[in-house]
Amino acid sequence: MARIRLDHIRHAYSPDLAKANNYALREVDTIFEDGGAYALLGPSGCGKTTLLNIISGLLTPSEGHVRFDDTDVTLLTPEARNIAQVFQFPVIYDTMTVRENLAFPLKNRKVPKAEIGPRVEDMLRRIGLEAKADRKARGLTADEKQKISLGRGLVRSDVNAILFDEPLTVIDPHMKWQLRSELKQLHREFQMTMVYVTHDQTEALTFADKVVVMYAGEVVQIGTPEELFERPQHTFVGYFIGSPGMNVLPCDLDGGDAIVSGERVKLPAGLSGTATKKRVELGIRPEFVSLVPRGTGIPVNIEKVEDIGSEKIVRARLGEHRVSAVVAEDSAIPADADIAFTAERLNLYADSWLVERG
Amino acid sequence: MEKTWNNKAWFFVLPVLLLVAFSAVIPLMTVVNYSVQDSFGNNQFFWYGADWFREVLTSERFHDALIRNLLFSAIILAIEVPLGILVALAMPKKGIWVPVCLVLMALPLLIPWNVVGTIWQVFARTDIGLLGYTVDALGIDYNYVRNTFDAWVTVVVMDVWHWTSLVVLLCYAGLVSIPDAYYQAAKIDGASRWAVFRYIQLPKMGRVLLIAVLLRFMDSFMIYTEPFVVTGGGPGNSTTFLSIDLVKLAIGQFNIGEAAAMSLIYFLIILLLSWIFYTVMTNAGNDKPMTGGGE
Repeated sequence: MARIRLDHIRHAYSPDLAKANNYALREVDTIFEDGGAYALLGPSGCGKTTLLNIISGLLTPSEGHVRFDDTDVTLLTPEARNIAQVFQFPVIYDTMTVRENLAFPLKNRKVPKAEIGPRVEDMLRRIGLEAKADRKARGLTADEKQKISLGRGLVRSDVNAILFDEPLTVIDPHMKWQLRSELKQLHREFQMTMVYVTHDQTEALTFADKVVVMYAGEVVQIGTPEELFERPQHTFVGYFIGSPGMNVLPCDLDGGDAIVSGERVKLPAGLSGTATKKRVELGIRPEFVSLVPRGTGIPVNIEKVEDIGSEKIVRARLGEHRVSAVVAEDSAIPADADIAFTAERLNLYADSWLVERG
Repeated sequence: MEKTWNNKAWFFVLPVLLLVAFSAVIPLMTVVNYSVQDSFGNNQFFWYGADWFREVLTSERFHDALIRNLLFSAIILAIEVPLGILVALAMPKKGIWVPVCLVLMALPLLIPWNVVGTIWQVFARTDIGLLGYTVDALGIDYNYVRNTFDAWVTVVVMDVWHWTSLVVLLCYAGLVSIPDAYYQAAKIDGASRWAVFRYIQLPKMGRVLLIAVLLRFMDSFMIYTEPFVVTGGGPGNSTTFLSIDLVKLAIGQFNIGEAAAMSLIYFLIILLLSWIFYTVMTNAGNDKPMTGGGE
């Protein structure tokens, strides 16, 4: 087990791309603490799988170093790094039984036979496949196969970290929940560093203690699900986490106020209102936008109301900007209403990055 | 709505029945018909019962040709399948050399059988053939016209030259369909090169290998044109395979009854052996019966 340090990693898939400054990973400088459960979250093409393959050693970064504890492993093979990886599509050895699959990494590492037996038995029990131990692995369902590929990683005692590359993509929806909670359970038992790549925010937020949000080849925020929700460091995080995403409204600053489409919004104390040359935006979660009687708030046109069962989502227009609000399921929606923002939930962004409160 | 119940639907099957009747059933029945009769001039036919079958099955000539054929198929399968796998493994998986390799591999397959025969007939001649002359010049006594062993070597090498590509292309198709994740997982599991072949590549090639073995077996067991052009079945009868013998019997000696019986036996042997291959190879990877716990 190890603490993983990514020391100023940059990666381009060819020297030509690097020359053109076209990096798949622009710069990542992060530490994954020992025993933590991390999720790399981001849209397709943001570099999360590239980063994962750099950690596992399937890719060597163009620049920077990967360190496991104090050892520089940048140039080591995946095998020498002692990591395990679970891929998007379950990788199993078709001709072997479930038991043989689990024993395979141990056999390759010349673990004594007497030790392999009990460890494989223990793993079969933990992943709940004892009954199918002597079945050929190829006949199993996708989630069972995925458990085998996870088991092949966990069965080794020398594993520094387990990496998951969108492991639930091919699993049936009703099995996803179950497998995810089993994963969480296994993480608690083994206390191993786990890094989980996904583009599904629910998966990331339920699996991980810390979520690493990536966008366009960069890490934009690392935080607990709560931090990502309450204080998105970047407008992308606000937009990507939460459903619907955060409202991001371009605005001008004037003293202690922000001006959105000609409407004055009072900023909470501590948010400085100095005018800058940067692009300034106001961020507010739909959960903190409320409907108030006409004349008491900011006038908007309500365009439509989506009832999602547990609550209602109001889509409105404020000048040329769209604003969403989440209101209680049983609240009546007047034909014309104003909106109000919960002042302490307002975030201010300059060039997409959060302006810290002074 | 009332459903109509009658037998009119059978009319839909009629075209297929007619097609199959004219393309397969009737010709086959003609052969069956000949196989139980003896013929003389003036189209006189006499009932002969199962005597032709008895005669073919007990004839030494048939036994020899059958053994030659089985030996030939065994040799070329033993060479072409491993060689095909090796070449497929060595071929590049991506880049500009892929199309080049594929086209080069496909070339021998595009040459007509008797042209292949002619090429090798000339190529292996000791007076004007490049191969024959070279081998002879190296001091090896080689002459496929006089020497049985040399004739066999020539026919086998020709077949390997002509058909290994087929095995290569099929195996290659199997190999490139393996997702990268398998190789990555094997690397992480610390698998050796041999283990990667044994547990990933070979199982993933299983299906196409089955097809390759079946095709090569059937084709080699029915081989006619190439050895006929190169050796004409000689020297003596040493490269007279079943099909060559059959043609000699039917057209050379005009013994239609015996030839018909022989074709039916020939056909049944191919069918039987192919079925055995198929059954053995598809069952090879299946679950073994449960035997309590573990190995």
